[in-house]
Amino acid sequence: MALLEIRDVVRRFGDFVAVDHVSIDINAGEFFTLLGPSGCGKTTLLRMIAGFDLPDEGRILLNGEDLAGKPPEQRPVRTVFQSYALFPHMTVEGNVAFPLKMAHVPASEIPGKVAAALEDVRLSGFGKRLPNELSGGQKQRVAIARALVTHPPLLLLDEPLAALDAKLREEMQIELITLQKEVGITFVYVTHDQTEALALSHRIAVMNKGSVEQIDEPSRIYGFPRSRFVADFIGHCNVLSGRVLDNREGIVGIDMEGLGPVKVTTASGCRSGDQATIALRPEKIRIRKPDTPDGLDNHFGGSVQGMLYMGDVTVYMVHTDAGGKIETLLANSGSGRTRFFEIGDRVEVGWAADAGHFLES
Amino acid sequence: MAQQAGDRKSRWLVSGPPLLYLIFFFALPTLIMVLASFRSPGEFGGLTPLVGEDGVLDLNLESYARFFAESVYAEIFLKSVVIALVTTLICLLLAYPLALVIARSAKRRRDLLLLLVILPFWSNFLIRVYAWMIILGPQAALARGVNWLLALAGAEPVSLLFSPFAVLVCLVYVHLPFMVLPLYANLEKHDQALLDAAQDLGANGWQRFWRVTFPLSLPGVYAGAALVFIPALGIFAIPDILGGPNDSLIGNLIKQQFLETRDWPFGSVLSIVLTVAALGLAGLAAWVGRAGGGSGEAARRA
Repeated sequence: MALLEIRDVVRRFGDFVAVDHVSIDINAGEFFTLLGPSGCGKTTLLRMIAGFDLPDEGRILLNGEDLAGKPPEQRPVRTVFQSYALFPHMTVEGNVAFPLKMAHVPASEIPGKVAAALEDVRLSGFGKRLPNELSGGQKQRVAIARALVTHPPLLLLDEPLAALDAKLREEMQIELITLQKEVGITFVYVTHDQTEALALSHRIAVMNKGSVEQIDEPSRIYGFPRSRFVADFIGHCNVLSGRVLDNREGIVGIDMEGLGPVKVTTASGCRSGDQATIALRPEKIRIRKPDTPDGLDNHFGGSVQGMLYMGDVTVYMVHTDAGGKIETLLANSGSGRTRFFEIGDRVEVGWAADAGHFLES
Repeated sequence: MAQQAGDRKSRWLVSGPPLLYLIFFFALPTLIMVLASFRSPGEFGGLTPLVGEDGVLDLNLESYARFFAESVYAEIFLKSVVIALVTTLICLLLAYPLALVIARSAKRRRDLLLLLVILPFWSNFLIRVYAWMIILGPQAALARGVNWLLALAGAEPVSLLFSPFAVLVCLVYVHLPFMVLPLYANLEKHDQALLDAAQDLGANGWQRFWRVTFPLSLPGVYAGAALVFIPALGIFAIPDILGGPNDSLIGNLIKQQFLETRDWPFGSVLSIVLTVAALGLAGLAAWVGRAGGGSGEAARRA
């Protein structure tokens, strides 16, 4: 049995359906992420788990027990808020001790538990400070210590790193992974940042317009997006559509719009005449000077229309001769100042037949 | 350097006029009052000349001696302090829930409620005080109802008007907005996320109020208490109009010294004692507030 079962939950605000028949099972010990653009319903779902909002339909069960009718203060789950929501009139210790006092933990046990929680988030020695004397990252850690001190079965994190700068965010991501492993508490993490979701999670639910598009491990979400939305939202992706020409022993020929015949390996049983859409990651596409054969299954001539120098890689926008657009990238792994192509250069792009991935819609 | 000189000039231009105003209409009159408290009353009011006919400077402590010698003044003074404190407390108890409701209302409703709080200021203070004469008068429904109940219980009828009760009711009525407004200004700024966090961490409604909302509202409580206590301490019009002969407060006594008894030095002494007491109590409240409200900070310093 899953620790948290979300069963066919619906939440409407007037005519707007914020959460539309969502069902998710989250297992004990998991780092689970709800990922999606703003307004996709992920935060509403989180608030319903915490008890700040109630589903119009469906049920939410924790350890098999329906949470309906329990106000937030009676639910064993804890939330880390985006704004940290530290009590400004209490010290760090006072903040961390707050849930212990609410749970009527004997006063003699409180200092030890507070110290242990602060040690978990590497803030020992900061106990006497007031929240406004802490940096953003430290406030975040106090918020986490406060939420973890009672050892809840489930911790909800609502975009907890959104307010931090990029460098600190990366540090905190690594710390969160370590912390989650150490304390063994199930994390449900809400974010709109796909790289954060890929880096942190055991599993991700990608949400769009109130519905779950795909629930999978990060590498499968990235490598095998089920829908066009997931392919587009997670990382960069070339989405190509066309009509199936033939299907011979798992190698499908597709007449792609703007390209021409493309070979794709797949287990799908599509037949000649079907419409097909494939997702193709830029890093799977090679870019090279024209007429330098490399034995790839698909290659098309074109010219460089745009480029973005990113430091570690350069992204190229190539317009193929048949009018298609292909985004590809090249690692700047050569020595010195590497830059291989200029805007207007004639190039050839190519990829293996197994680089593409069929989308369901 | 020119920039700095310009800054200094504009600083004086901005702070100069209010500074002059305060010097002429606050600092100087206070000095005159302090000086007057050491002088002798004139035969027909006013003061005797500062330098007597014998060429000796006429300064003495007689008025101070009189204040500390006769216990009746200290009693009236103490009574005034108690009435002002009770007024402040009742205002706080009435204003807090009101301010909380206003602060948590939707925007449109909030504006309407605030307007209603401020509305009494649109009519004259004395008119509002006289209105209470009618409300509390013997022919009004309130007094009749009370006396009817008392008659049922077999008690003697009472007069609501011209009593300490009337004075207190009107003091609370007049000063209530001064408590509501600073409390509202404070509560309105509270972050809902803090209450959500408290609830998430296991606090019920009562605990959320006492552990989060109330401690964070203390600056508003202190501001409101000062705005009510200090004017309530010096008020004279309300006991004059609604109080009985024994309901005089320190304000009435001061007014009496200047307008009826025409003993300016003694009136000055009473005024000075009043000012010192008000400052002292305000300072005490601020000190207690800092020690209690900022316990975290105090603990950190220790």
